[in-house]
Amino acid sequence: MSNNSCMDLPAKGGFSFDLCKRNAMLSQKGLKLPPFRKTGTTIVGLVFQDGVILGADTRATEGPIVCDKNCEKIHYMAPNIYCCGAGTAADTEAVTDMVSSQLQLHRYHTGRESRVVTALTLLKKHLFNYQGHVSAALVLGGVDCTGPHLHTIYPHGSTDTLPFATMGSGSLAAMSVFESKYKEGLSRDEGIKLVSEAVCSGIFNDLGSGSNVDVCVITKGHKEYLRNHMLPNPRTYVSERGYSFPKKTEVLMTKITPMKEKVEVTEGGDAMEE
Amino acid sequence: MSKQQARFEPYDFNGGTCVAIAGADYCVVAADTRMSTGYNILTRDYSKINKLADKCLMASSGFQADVRALQKVLGAKHLIYQHQHNKQMSCPAMARLLSNTLYYKRFFPYYTFNVLVGFDEEGKGCVYTYDAVGSYEKVGYSAQGSGAKLIMPVLDNQLKSPSPLLLPALDAVTPLTEAEAIDVVKDVFASATERDIYTGDKLEIVIVNSDGIRREYAELRKD
Repeated sequence: MSNNSCMDLPAKGGFSFDLCKRNAMLSQKGLKLPPFRKTGTTIVGLVFQDGVILGADTRATEGPIVCDKNCEKIHYMAPNIYCCGAGTAADTEAVTDMVSSQLQLHRYHTGRESRVVTALTLLKKHLFNYQGHVSAALVLGGVDCTGPHLHTIYPHGSTDTLPFATMGSGSLAAMSVFESKYKEGLSRDEGIKLVSEAVCSGIFNDLGSGSNVDVCVITKGHKEYLRNHMLPNPRTYVSERGYSFPKKTEVLMTKITPMKEKVEVTEGGDAMEE
Repeated sequence: MSKQQARFEPYDFNGGTCVAIAGADYCVVAADTRMSTGYNILTRDYSKINKLADKCLMASSGFQADVRALQKVLGAKHLIYQHQHNKQMSCPAMARLLSNTLYYKRFFPYYTFNVLVGFDEEGKGCVYTYDAVGSYEKVGYSAQGSGAKLIMPVLDNQLKSPSPLLLPALDAVTPLTEAEAIDVVKDVFASATERDIYTGDKLEIVIVNSDGIRREYAELRKD
């Protein structure tokens, strides 16, 4: 006879929030949650005369420590659509990979190139469904048959359609550059230069962003992923002396205690099976 | 969600890292010059190293307002000492004074992480390292601040100071020369800057030896 157990299995995937009560109790007792790996981040996007340009920094942080100096924040969604992600690294990777697969299946189903609004709707539905617990703030850009599109998506599921956008901890620094210098109908080189400048502003003025600049240019029928387009932060000092590490641990004391023979060795027995 | 009441938060964290190394006839103290709050940079050019007496310097990271207040208090006490004893305070005496001053505020501490550097009675370099409430120890080298946990293991390995566990106890100072110590300090800060977001911009190195006090600067990553 099934008893009324308080432990129900989570229904077919998705999150089980059972441990949230435990976490609330622990944090009331004073225990701090371990920091998860956030991307700190400056991500930007703008629409120029032939399409869309996306930009991102490459630093991933775990609290105050940089855990990846050169990570990739511009994710592939479709041949004509790319997405920058800020927030929790695992969430941005998982959600962009998932929607990318869904778009691929949709392309097989319809036989047509993916549209940016399709990606947008799939992402916002997923994020709204999880009520903001999937901490992914995205800048989605691409060019499809209806023209160039640029959108921002917030962790709770709201979206904006904009000519230029920034997200992440460095968004204010980057947006100040865009607001000063953006104009409609920029050329490709002007657009890349402006995007790089905005990301650099985030890299140097925001502690959560740093290292290099990645840029992605998407136009009708063509895309260019400029990984590490700028490297403005080389290491400042390398010691010429080099380092030699002694191979042994320093011996502080030697003491030998003979152990009585406790092991008996018996011949024979079964050989181990392969 | 539990009710959130407006509370006065008395502390802030301004980041930064300090390192000090003692040699046979010199001392090196170094600190980065970045002052930050939250994810923002307040200034790229803030000195964390301060002179307490003729050949006694202190480098402090943590909450810079508390650092300033602490310096004022130490300065005043040192002045009184000079009037009463007609001489400057020696480094070991200053070390004790700092410890007592910090412990005086045991129940509302100065949020400062200090290293004190100077010459002891015999003229050998000495480094004193502190926690926020005044526990201190004379050591051969030390690192404090946000990058300390990245730097200390490298210093343990490279300075070849004798292990504190050895008996009979050997002298704590490093056998490295002044130039070698400065090289280690520059390299170790460059490495800490790569991985700690609060460390960077510029490195200020102050070297104290028999000739006097000398200041050097080195560039660090600004991101």
